[in-house]
Amino acid sequence: MTATLRLEGLSYAADGRRLVDSADLTAAPGETVGLVGPNGSGKTTLLRCVYGTLRPSHGRALLDGDDLLTMTPKARARRVATVPQDGQLDFELTVREVVAMGRSPHKRFWEADTAADADLAEAALDRVGIAALADRAFPSLSGGERQRALVARALVQRPALLVLDEPTNHLDIRYQLEILTLIRESGTTNLLALHDLNLAAYYCDRVHVLQEGRIVASGTPHEVLTAELLATVYGVTAEVSTHPATGAPTVVYLPPSA
Amino acid sequence: MTRTTPPGHGRLRYTLVLGCLAAALATAVVAGLALGSVRIPPGQVITILTGGADPGPFRTIVLDVRLPRVLLGVIVGAGLAVVGTVLQALVRNRLADPFLLGISSGASAGAALVMVLGIGGGITTTVAMPAAAFAGSLLALALVYGLARRRGAMTGGRLVLAGVAVAYILSALTTLILIVSARPEHFQEAMYWTFGGLGSARWSTLLLPAVVLTLGTALLIALARPLDLLLAGEEGATVLGLDSSRFRAAVFVLASLVTGVMVAASGAVGFIGLLVPHAARMAVGASHRALLPVAALGGAVILVAADLAARTVAAPQDVPVGVLTALTGGPAFLWLMRRRPEGAPV
Repeated sequence: MTATLRLEGLSYAADGRRLVDSADLTAAPGETVGLVGPNGSGKTTLLRCVYGTLRPSHGRALLDGDDLLTMTPKARARRVATVPQDGQLDFELTVREVVAMGRSPHKRFWEADTAADADLAEAALDRVGIAALADRAFPSLSGGERQRALVARALVQRPALLVLDEPTNHLDIRYQLEILTLIRESGTTNLLALHDLNLAAYYCDRVHVLQEGRIVASGTPHEVLTAELLATVYGVTAEVSTHPATGAPTVVYLPPSA
Repeated sequence: MTRTTPPGHGRLRYTLVLGCLAAALATAVVAGLALGSVRIPPGQVITILTGGADPGPFRTIVLDVRLPRVLLGVIVGAGLAVVGTVLQALVRNRLADPFLLGISSGASAGAALVMVLGIGGGITTTVAMPAAAFAGSLLALALVYGLARRRGAMTGGRLVLAGVAVAYILSALTTLILIVSARPEHFQEAMYWTFGGLGSARWSTLLLPAVVLTLGTALLIALARPLDLLLAGEEGATVLGLDSSRFRAAVFVLASLVTGVMVAASGAVGFIGLLVPHAARMAVGASHRALLPVAALGGAVILVAADLAARTVAAPQDVPVGVLTALTGGPAFLWLMRRRPEGAPV
């Protein structure tokens, strides 16, 4: 499944400060769109407005024209999946049970999972490479394994839109690449906040740069990730070149004195 | 590609656990009916229960004296364990328990007030007291929840501290209410409300707790899926499609109702709701569809056994059963607190 996401003048204010200020953004079906920007630039707040745990003060978020903000949590969860920030889950559910929770938005509350649901969970576990851990208690997993299980849970929701905040946090480099490849190939429209500009450059079709709550640059990674932009937004000196093998921009940071 | 454990494996284990608990409950019930100031041979107990001919004096003891009490133990034990399980999911903390969180004390205060004022006339004990206990427990739970919550999050430390403080205040209030009423029999009642006991069990007071337990537990088992979602955290539950504030409010009311009705019938028995869910999770995992029936059976076994001990350890004195559950449950609680995994929230 896939869909078009449009944000129109989306703003979120708290304590009189605009943490997200009139964000406009479009993600076409199947596109992977990256949000980058320094810490505190509003990436997480913007994503939370999209997946529905924050109520924007102005503007709209539309998925194929339907307003995400007025949907019930259940209707939204059938179309939008995410990995929440407080997903610590310290009760001893098994990894399989945690992943199977992703079927909930498609079920009446008293309905039990069917064999087809179990197969979906099993396939997702396999795709993120933790099928062998299925019967382990979720709290006993390492940070990276948990992250992969929660990505699997999001896939099991069969969403049209994946909204992920730093999906590669806590992951070894190998799994960072695997997870991002998986997300890109999952057929969903993806909105990702990413810290690592090189990952953003390689995996995203379009990148939006946030600074103090405003989108200050938008475009393809080649258009956006330039030495000038990194200097103004991040305050760093960097060299940006096109990598011969990937064709994507590659950022090398230079120490302040160089 | 599917790498499941053989499907029968988990189910077999679960059936085994349920079977063992059912056998334990049957044993505890028969022992509860057979033992006491008068010992009745178990065979004869079973004859009486199955309606066989038994002209002796034992029939009255078994059917009219001991059976209501044992059944109340089954109901209250199951009810408290179910409420404890659900509260722990609701606040996402294993230290939650209707007694420790002050909910039982709120129920005691409500019930005691109605009893002293004699509100309700002929339906005081069957309807008015449970209703007031429900109101008291709802109030206490709302108070503790409000005090422990801070910016949407709730630490175990704040929760338990708020609960203990509210429990103290409300049980002191209960004692005060009973003492100023200046009727000597109420002094006895004060201890009973504070510690809990099954001594007041009558056939007439069993109906409401039985109905509330059955309907409440059935409803909660039907709600197993959203209860599981609560374990994913407030944000996690929302993004998985649960309208979590409405659901939490509904479960709150249900937990208060069950607690209130149980406490109105038995006083505030502690620690069943804390330890039984924990043991049940160790046996069958944290998923509520499997967990709730096991917790209910386990709670019933424990309370019937504890009450049997309460009647017999200091016979002919009847020790309030809550004294025994606290004596054994308190140390178990401390053990539980110490064996929390490193870095895990309390």
